[in-house]
Amino acid sequence: MWQALYEELGDRGFVVIAVAMDSREGDPLPWIEAARPTYPTLIDREHRLAELYGIVNVPQAVWIDEAGRIVRPAEPAGAYEGFRRMNRATREMPEDVARLTAQAKATYLDAIRDWVRAGDRSEHAFTAEQARVHLPALTADVVTAQAMFRLGQFLLGHGAGAEGQRWIREASRLQPDSWCIWRQGAGVNETGLAALPDFWERVDALGAARYYAPVDMKGMP
Amino acid sequence: MVTLLTDAGEFTVPGAEASSTTLWVPARDAEAATGWVAKPEGLCRGPVCVPAPAGRERELADGGRIDLAALWRHLGQPAVHSERGHVWVLAQSARDRAAALASLEAPDFTLPDSTGRMHRLSDHRGKKVLLVTWASW
Repeated sequence: MWQALYEELGDRGFVVIAVAMDSREGDPLPWIEAARPTYPTLIDREHRLAELYGIVNVPQAVWIDEAGRIVRPAEPAGAYEGFRRMNRATREMPEDVARLTAQAKATYLDAIRDWVRAGDRSEHAFTAEQARVHLPALTADVVTAQAMFRLGQFLLGHGAGAEGQRWIREASRLQPDSWCIWRQGAGVNETGLAALPDFWERVDALGAARYYAPVDMKGMP
Repeated sequence: MVTLLTDAGEFTVPGAEASSTTLWVPARDAEAATGWVAKPEGLCRGPVCVPAPAGRERELADGGRIDLAALWRHLGQPAVHSERGHVWVLAQSARDRAAALASLEAPDFTLPDSTGRMHRLSDHRGKKVLLVTWASW
């Protein structure tokens, strides 16, 4: 998705910087190898972007202009949570899921194209005031949770796995809306996804709340 | 020996001594890891100086060492440590993080790519950047 966009817009002063919120060494490497991106693909083992930008899930993105100013704060990047409506026995999706998934992706990519073309004049580029309204809250619980996550991550990598796991669970308890923390600490299924029964229980517990936070962008489902 | 994890990175400090509430670190190591230095006017980081509570100066800095745990409490910044006290994370306050974000100046960072080469966000100034996260999980 990002490689095609980068090839399309890369000569117009636009770059993609992809950051893997992956703590287990080696986990993102097969993906990077398969995608062979020509833009920078970085690895954020300690989830530093969580405390700097308020990242709580993937894919989330931030738009940053030529002067280094945040134009759109962290928000889901063209994602639609169709997986929640999957029939878990048959793995079938309702008919409209494919359409809504495509719509979310196309809406988001078109918005980026418009921003790259029109800059500040794009209807999708927030003014400073709008951008501030959309900033995620970096609370005492969030920064403490991130410190705990970093500690847990370090201990995991230095022979203190049980204590490391405890810190990551504690971090998740303190910042329950971070799927990055929870899924990083969770067990994974046969395809490497943190989508065991405990994941589905947690998703179901959202009820009417969104897995991907709503995006303030015209046309976004 | 204590490992300090700070905004400046990871620091192994052989001369540090930690208990559950104190973290005495040689002044030179404290400065390298956190930027904080003990001066006659108090504890200073760059142009900012914070006076120690009157009469309790030696609880923060004493004998060429700084108690970073006490300093972090004094500054209202989060610090967490391992059960044995051999690893400490000294973080920035929520107030500072939120203020940095509210300035809308994209917080800078340096992260490695899959070959270990380091990349800095601000090296891309002059371009529009889509900073996008993903994960294998």
